[in-house]
Amino acid sequence: MTERSEYKELSWQGLWKNNPGLVQLLGLCPLLAVTTTLTNAIGLGLATLLVLVCSNATVSAIRNWVPKEVRIPIFVLIIAAFVTCVQLLMNAYTFGLYQSLGIFLPLIVTNCAIIGRAEAYASKNPVKQATFDGLMMGLGFALVLMVLGAVREILGQGTLFDGADLLLGDWASVLRIEIFSFDSKFLLAILPPGAFIAMGFLIAGKNAIDAYIAKKQPKVETDKTIERVRVNFEG
Amino acid sequence: MTFWIASSPHNHIKAATPSLMRFVIMAAIPGVFAQWYFFGWGTIVQIALAILFAVLAEITFLAIRDKNIKSQITDFSAVLTGLLIGISVPSLAPWWITAIGSIFAIGVVKQLYGGLGFNLFNPAMAAYVLLLISFPLQMTSWQPVNSLLVDDISFFNNLWLVLTGYTWEGFSVEQIRMSVDGITMATPLDTLKTDLTLGLTVNESFANPVFGEFIGLGWEWVNIGFLLGGLLLIAKKAIDWVIPASFLGSLLIFSFIAYTISPDSSASTMFHWLSGGTMLGAFFILTDPVSAATTKKGRVLYAALAALLVYLIRKFGGYPDAIAFAVLLCNMAVPLIDQYCRPRTYGHKGVN
Repeated sequence: MTERSEYKELSWQGLWKNNPGLVQLLGLCPLLAVTTTLTNAIGLGLATLLVLVCSNATVSAIRNWVPKEVRIPIFVLIIAAFVTCVQLLMNAYTFGLYQSLGIFLPLIVTNCAIIGRAEAYASKNPVKQATFDGLMMGLGFALVLMVLGAVREILGQGTLFDGADLLLGDWASVLRIEIFSFDSKFLLAILPPGAFIAMGFLIAGKNAIDAYIAKKQPKVETDKTIERVRVNFEG
Repeated sequence: MTFWIASSPHNHIKAATPSLMRFVIMAAIPGVFAQWYFFGWGTIVQIALAILFAVLAEITFLAIRDKNIKSQITDFSAVLTGLLIGISVPSLAPWWITAIGSIFAIGVVKQLYGGLGFNLFNPAMAAYVLLLISFPLQMTSWQPVNSLLVDDISFFNNLWLVLTGYTWEGFSVEQIRMSVDGITMATPLDTLKTDLTLGLTVNESFANPVFGEFIGLGWEWVNIGFLLGGLLLIAKKAIDWVIPASFLGSLLIFSFIAYTISPDSSASTMFHWLSGGTMLGAFFILTDPVSAATTKKGRVLYAALAALLVYLIRKFGGYPDAIAFAVLLCNMAVPLIDQYCRPRTYGHKGVN
């Protein structure tokens, strides 16, 4: 496989085919818990993306020196170090968002999507590809978070970018869009059950699109064998 | 399981789905009548709205799913779901509450799971819970019993109130809910719960006019109405008597235990039987053939679990009534209950 098509494949896998949120269903806890508003979703998505890129690069860089027997604790330590950095940075620069994300920021350490990529891809591949893979997987995860956050915020409060100033600074409060206003909020969309229902619809939507595409192109592709180990971690 | 061997001619009991559903709908009439008598035309308006939206949603989703619309509409299951939603929604709730509930019940709870016979949860109760946690304010605004109101509300005013939020003369829901003394009225269950947290005893709380002379003005008759309809259903063998018997019996046991331990802070069994949605739940909702347990032993367990949950949530929970929550939680437990209550297969020893 040439390097170019390797990158293409990595993007395809991370953003759509093997999306951590929609297909692997990893990191569901933060995915469902913090996506009450678009701003929260972007904040957590960016934090996860940053950690994923850095941890993938580091894991890949030291892959030849890590003994196989203790690799998981080492990966966890690396991830925890980066999460701590991100947490301190957010504490310093986006304090409001740091507070509204709460416990879910340090909990990125236990996000299976990150350790899954470290184990399944980064520990077996060179730094460049591993970093790119982290970027694509992180983007895929962040996109799902953002869609979910946007849907829930619109349904729940009728707004978009509510509290964007917490993430981007004071100027960003002009970003707040009031799509429609209710007398009473649709609380279900903001509560956890609404997150599960919305997530179910997102996954169903993705499957429907896949089925539609598959139906539109009947057997054009020859059987390409993709030499790639897809490891799905439970957690 | 017993096999009775009977010689021919065999008489087929014509228990097809449509006739069963129609019969259940008719059996709800005494309860609905009592609700209309005490809570005014709002009840009828809500039921009509709920049935309308439920049927429309059923037609829409069946069309999307490419199913035979005519045969599935005429089985009256959507009408029954609508009826149950209309009964449980407060009579003064705005129309969009009922619409959201009906569409959610049919679209998400029933059709997304595969239609009638495949739904894990009771559609009407799932919709009720959705509404209750999403719109707590509107969903708890029950109108006080007619006799406690300043003036009667006409049918037209009630319709107008549901559609616009104000009566024709411009009174809001809050103003309507004021009693003669100018105090907003709650349901008996709600009142009792609030009073107990304020440190009153049950007897002191019962001095409140919402309780009337017996258990709860109006509510007792609504429950008796549903009890009558339910007994009719049992007499005609439309529902299994085990579920209501186990439910009401367990509720009796639990409330009796609590009453013997602390009579001042526990309401009597009669209060639990005849307030809120107890009878509706016991005879019309827990007995839903799709989402209830299927074996005899399983049904006893299922209904007893529901009674325990109802009692615990009413006594310790944050919401005043608990039928809907208890039913949903029990629906979730049904596969497990059925797994462990499998009857012995004929010809085999013990549990397979």
